[in-house]
Amino acid sequence: MAQVGVVQFPGTNCELDAVEAVRHLGGSATLLWHGDADLGGVDAVIVPGGFAHGDYLRPGAIARFSPVMAAVVDFAERGGPVVGICNGFQVLTEAGLLPGALQKNRDLKFLCTTTELEITSTDSVLTRRLAVGDRLRIPINHFEGNYTCAPETLADLQAHDRIVVRYVDNPNGSVADIAGICNEGRNVVGLMPHPERACHRLLGSQDGRSSWARCSTARSAPPSEIRVEDAQVAREMPASLSTAAGTPASRHAA
Amino acid sequence: MGLWQSDPVNYSVLVEVQLRPGIADPQGSTIERSLSTLGFDGIGGVRVGKSVRFDLEADDEAAARRQVDDLCERFLTNPVIEDAVVTIEAG
Repeated sequence: MAQVGVVQFPGTNCELDAVEAVRHLGGSATLLWHGDADLGGVDAVIVPGGFAHGDYLRPGAIARFSPVMAAVVDFAERGGPVVGICNGFQVLTEAGLLPGALQKNRDLKFLCTTTELEITSTDSVLTRRLAVGDRLRIPINHFEGNYTCAPETLADLQAHDRIVVRYVDNPNGSVADIAGICNEGRNVVGLMPHPERACHRLLGSQDGRSSWARCSTARSAPPSEIRVEDAQVAREMPASLSTAAGTPASRHAA
Repeated sequence: MGLWQSDPVNYSVLVEVQLRPGIADPQGSTIERSLSTLGFDGIGGVRVGKSVRFDLEADDEAAARRQVDDLCERFLTNPVIEDAVVTIEAG
């Protein structure tokens, strides 16, 4: 079973969600402390959401200097799969693994809602088994999610099919409706929406699984694919909890 | 310390981080829109930034500026969206 490392900075707050999502899908996950310069031999890395180092100075500005990030950069440059979610996306841009930057949302509102996303490239570690045009309902939860980059960077992203997921209805002002991009090697993906929060019907959407479950290694990466699709079926919650009448909330209300 | 070298000098440094021209500044726009409701007319071009102050020891002002420019490029600003205006004063 492939091992997924989930990076934990002081102020990270989505690490257990990511661990739980990976486990729910049948994978194995372990936390990686920011002060450790070693990834412990993991097969993939998730940089999860939160407020690493308090977002002081700028989101990701201090986190990129944590010892673990040198190891993550090295891992990524060797083709290892790395996915940055929300604050993790911001960290990856600050670390130079992905181009561009995340600004404050266009309307200066902290956005906590569910968005509809469209898959625009399947040639990335996160989307390789989806189809272009697939639509997913995935939550967002950010104040600085407004993706921007230099015009030549945008042209490069577009020319090389590196915009992997877009908002159907742009919530934050991101240029070209960008919700997520990948690097040149296609093994590093950053996105603002939280697929790990859409991995169970109790969470209101399971669409995150369809991207999350395919968080398999890039073609150039070490050959240790994370196979989760089959295992997730066996781990579905008991049938008694899966009907509307049987949810814990409704039972409580009753 | 060689015969011709002087003692390091203390400098006060002010780094003002601003969004680069052309980068949308929703905070600045919001403040600007609010001003007219308070009766302040004729104000435009509002931009919001942040300032960082610190003390620095260097051999001379040119050396201090080199260090601060490097610090701004690598840490205090995100060059994709931000510029820095640096003011250095001895003492």
